[in-house]
Amino acid sequence: MKNFEYAAPRTEEEALALLAQRPDQTAVLAGGTDLVPLMKKMLVTPQRVVNIKNIDSLRGIHAHSQGVTIGAVTTLDQLLEAPELEPYPAVKQVIAKLGSLQLQCQMTLGGELCRRPQCWYFRNGYGLLGRRGQLVEQGDNRYHAILDNQGPAKFVSPSRLAPALIALGAVVRVAGPGQQETTVPVERLYRTPKDDHQRELTLSPAQLLTHVLPKLSQGTLNATYEVKHGTGPQPPLATASVALELDGSGVVRSARVVMGQVAPVPWRSREAEEVLVGQRIGYELAELAGAAAVAPATPLSQNQYKVQIAKTAVKRAVLLAAGLETGGL
Amino acid sequence: MAKLDWPQQGKAALLGKRHDRIDGVAKASGAARYAYDILEDNMVLARVLGCPHAHCRVKSIDVKPALKVPGVVAAEALKKPGDEIQWQGDLVAVVAGETEGAIAEGLAAIKVQYEVLDVFAQDDDLEAAQKAKRTRRAGQSTKLERDIPDEVEDEEAWEEQELQRLFKECDKVIEGQYGIPVITHMCLEPHGSTCLWQGDKLIAHLSTQNVSGTAGQFAGPLGIPATDVTIHCDYIGGGFGSKFAADTWGVTAASLAKKLGRPVKLMLDRDLELKNAGTRPSGFIKVKVGVDGNGVVKVWDSHHWGTNGIGGGVVSQGVIPYVFDPPNRRRRATGIRVNAAPARAWRAPNHPQGAVLSQCAYDDVARELGIDSYEVFQRNLQRVSNGKTEVYREQMEIAAKLMDWKAKWHPHGKGPRNGSVVTGLGMALHTWGGAAHNSTAELKIHPDGSVEISLGSQDLGTGTRTVIALVVAETLGLKPEQVKVNIGYSTYPPSGPSGGSTTVGGVSESSRRAATAALNQLLDKVAGKLGVPAARLEAKDGRIQDSQNPETCISWKDACSLLGMSPLVAKGEYRRGRTKTNLSSSQVAGVQMAEVAVDLETGIVRMKKFVAVQDMGLIINRKAAESQVQGGVIMGIAYALFEERILDPQTGAFLNAELSDYLLPRLGDVGEIVVHLYEPPSEYQRGVVGLGEPPVISPGAAISNAVCNATGVRVPTLPLTPKRVLDALAKAQG
Amino acid sequence: MSEPVRSRGGFSRREFLKGSGAAAAATAVVGAPLVAPAEEATGLIRGAEEVTLQVNGKAHRVRIEPRTTLLEVLRYQLGLTGAKPVSADGCCGGSTVLLEGKPISAATTLALDCVGKQITTVEGLGAQDNVVQAFVHQDAMQCGFCTPGFVVAVKAFLKKHPYATEEEVREGLNGNLCRCGTYVNVVRAALEVVKGGRNG
Repeated sequence: MKNFEYAAPRTEEEALALLAQRPDQTAVLAGGTDLVPLMKKMLVTPQRVVNIKNIDSLRGIHAHSQGVTIGAVTTLDQLLEAPELEPYPAVKQVIAKLGSLQLQCQMTLGGELCRRPQCWYFRNGYGLLGRRGQLVEQGDNRYHAILDNQGPAKFVSPSRLAPALIALGAVVRVAGPGQQETTVPVERLYRTPKDDHQRELTLSPAQLLTHVLPKLSQGTLNATYEVKHGTGPQPPLATASVALELDGSGVVRSARVVMGQVAPVPWRSREAEEVLVGQRIGYELAELAGAAAVAPATPLSQNQYKVQIAKTAVKRAVLLAAGLETGGL
Repeated sequence: MAKLDWPQQGKAALLGKRHDRIDGVAKASGAARYAYDILEDNMVLARVLGCPHAHCRVKSIDVKPALKVPGVVAAEALKKPGDEIQWQGDLVAVVAGETEGAIAEGLAAIKVQYEVLDVFAQDDDLEAAQKAKRTRRAGQSTKLERDIPDEVEDEEAWEEQELQRLFKECDKVIEGQYGIPVITHMCLEPHGSTCLWQGDKLIAHLSTQNVSGTAGQFAGPLGIPATDVTIHCDYIGGGFGSKFAADTWGVTAASLAKKLGRPVKLMLDRDLELKNAGTRPSGFIKVKVGVDGNGVVKVWDSHHWGTNGIGGGVVSQGVIPYVFDPPNRRRRATGIRVNAAPARAWRAPNHPQGAVLSQCAYDDVARELGIDSYEVFQRNLQRVSNGKTEVYREQMEIAAKLMDWKAKWHPHGKGPRNGSVVTGLGMALHTWGGAAHNSTAELKIHPDGSVEISLGSQDLGTGTRTVIALVVAETLGLKPEQVKVNIGYSTYPPSGPSGGSTTVGGVSESSRRAATAALNQLLDKVAGKLGVPAARLEAKDGRIQDSQNPETCISWKDACSLLGMSPLVAKGEYRRGRTKTNLSSSQVAGVQMAEVAVDLETGIVRMKKFVAVQDMGLIINRKAAESQVQGGVIMGIAYALFEERILDPQTGAFLNAELSDYLLPRLGDVGEIVVHLYEPPSEYQRGVVGLGEPPVISPGAAISNAVCNATGVRVPTLPLTPKRVLDALAKAQG
Repeated sequence: MSEPVRSRGGFSRREFLKGSGAAAAATAVVGAPLVAPAEEATGLIRGAEEVTLQVNGKAHRVRIEPRTTLLEVLRYQLGLTGAKPVSADGCCGGSTVLLEGKPISAATTLALDCVGKQITTVEGLGAQDNVVQAFVHQDAMQCGFCTPGFVVAVKAFLKKHPYATEEEVREGLNGNLCRCGTYVNVVRAALEVVKGGRNG
């Protein structure tokens, strides 16, 4: 690691002040599960690290009339155990299958949402868009994007919780720069970079993600289905999170379907949503939703199989949300 | 007189029973110190810089900027301008410093200019390799029932004709393609050492499988006599065949320590460990087999290729076909030079590849003919390379019973389907030598009754200390905790390197011999005291007693007090091939069966149950022996379902050289594992045979065959990842 | 041994007594003061500082830089080598320690982040610990390099799930990697502790 100056402020204001001075050379530290390895490999070399874990206002889960507010430094094991999150199985299912007790206890919600991609070209120092995408395109792209991959960005968005939170209509509270404060849908935290100057996260370095607020009307069915190769903490091959509102007769009134690990951003499938709305959930409909979700896929040379996996993830997430048997292993 | 022979089966006090390992608490509580854990006063840490390119020439290298980094105490180039580098991660420079952070900054400050050269990294693609001129003929050997007629001039052409004729005679000819990629050793403790000098003498705390055989490897390059080098390794965090040498980084640590006058700890980083310090060669094969109507193979014709790194070696022809020995066979091999570090011996070198490349083909015979795989394997047992037909037959029966094979069996691809999930069975069998290595032990009985034994061996995880303690305690009629076991120093009498399943045999030989010799000296003294001829005395339950009248006895302690002032010292020596022995032997068989479930929609394969039946001659510590078999099976599950080295085809970069990308099974991935140690009297009588390698050989083939049985489709290449399974299913559906 | 010093999270600049050129080797400080509330904690730390870490119930003065990981301090300043450096990314569980009772990777945790928190390493469990003993009885080790990390993880897991079933054990302990293949016996060891009712 390159050396850096370090601070552990106790308030948001202090943190923002620390970020404001040299935002481009400052990194925010929470659980450290991603930042510390990145710094060890010198893929990230901040001059300043601001540890936000000691900021009381960023901790904990608070239930209120509009739902819950989750502090960004709340650890995933706390989320898993929180009774306030019972209405959000889509979130808990991910954490329960995270594949590492240690990561559950160390990783924070905010940190999980802001992880850098696991793309092995990026992690091996070739840059996120290695040779304008050519490295991935002609290289080993077995884990890369099958959607939104026609530009230079071919990595997949690494967050496992973002699809669930997007399906749940969650917003994040963003503080900074300075006194400013905004609310941003989780969906809009991510973008597909078009060139090397763009990051995959839309937050500016002077901003702090402080809280996450799932927005969900009572009784919305939701679930996440991850297809994982093995039980360890490695990223899933594809995931899908689904939130469904049914009317009194069991017909889908609204649906949100979000796939993970398939595109440079968490991938919302309007096609799948359209298939679901106005119908009653059953095996055939779930199958159709899966097929619709991957219809626009443009697989690379080695990841055709991910189309099938993503399709299955969507199908099973729909079934799981509806309380039906998903089948499979 | 104490006899050298092992006790009769069932008569041993300790051997063959279940014992906790004597260093178990040290390992589980963190007290055990590995080379990585050795802390010396005034020690500095060191790390190496790996080359970012897979093939290049060094144009210039400047380490001076590293020296300006605070905390850095030394920086040296390990390559010079003009040097050609043939794999990514080859060691370019070394930096020593006070903290890990300082060293990292020092490494980053080093300036190297490279001229990048052409790369070849696709060891599975024979055509591409030929085009790139990266192939090397690695031999051809043909064995036919008919002799070549004297008048034939072109022998190869005649053989080709004869093979074609033989294939025509067969009831069915089956063709297949199979593959098993390069994997790494992935020792959790990377290679490295902590080196310090006491005057002109070097002490190397080395993570090594070869305590007694490494001193000279330091001494030569350092220009000192081997007598000035002491190797020390109490514990080693994994070796698997990759840690026999001092290695360039070991010598670098020693010379840096000399220069600095301070102890130096140099351990490889994870990615450099994977890039430099050990891989297993890949193997890919095209096979044509001719069978009779019963599935008995009459003709085998194959061509296999693969790589062992830049040298261009390939899996030995000797393991093709594996165990089975059909009457007619031709095998050809081609090596491919890829830009990667040279492979090292990997637990049971060649055999796991041999099993996959051969026994998947035998299973495809069952698939093509619609016969139970068990029947095909059994019918082909008539001709096996090690003559163990009957042992395999019995082991197969035991394994089948434990697996409930008959009840679970269904023809390939025709089992019941539970939604998208199908299940299947597969089997494979293996062979290994496992003869004892050379070993010398020195045993001391002190006048106070305490006992110690010293030998320059090591514990790879087998439980070497416990084996030695059990053998000595059995021989002397003591409890294992009464025996102090000294291993891990090169100053002790030499014992062989731990490779090829040779250690338990070797240390059992020398320990038994030393303890028997010592006991006989002691019995001579006791004979006078008790008035019983030494020939009638025996050591049992902490006493020396008259075997015909056990009440005439003396306690161990009292017996030892007869030694007077000096301890009794006895040596035990075993030299392979020279020492006549019935304590150890070689050659084992082994049968394994796998039951898997496959999700046809995701391609995920889950282990349901695995049965391993294994012979190993006489068992010393049943508990540790079972652990060895479980471990072999799990390492097999690893390469069957998860791990492979992934080189970028364009740059040759080792893309998954960190543990977050290099997939390995976790606790939840291994399913139920049933181990049966096969030890009928015929095996017990053979004495000790090594066990480390055999159980890791069959899992790849057994699991591949089980997946094929479940799905009806052969997934040709390991590991059987969701990608490979789905790709194969899609291809089969057209 | 002194009573463990408990505190809430955070630390104070008072903790960072400027280095006086003292040796890197740490000394146990008996009866170290409670960590002060951190109203001054926005202060930036640059370069090496001396701080107090609470490890296995004892206070230790150590000299660290902001980039120093907990693992580096434990191993090279405190001589506690039970936690192992296996991977840079902490996905293997080799460096597992308990931080405020929870299992985390010391390899990916900055030492400064641990000031004022209780750290327990495998050495803090001791040879008589029921999980350590169960690992020995069940032979849940081979080379042993992953074993201390596994022991700490099992300890933490069983504290949360004292009546864990075999299925829960198989699902809950996937953060630790073993290369020798000891998983079968790790499951047995965890279940031995459950059945013995001796965990906690």
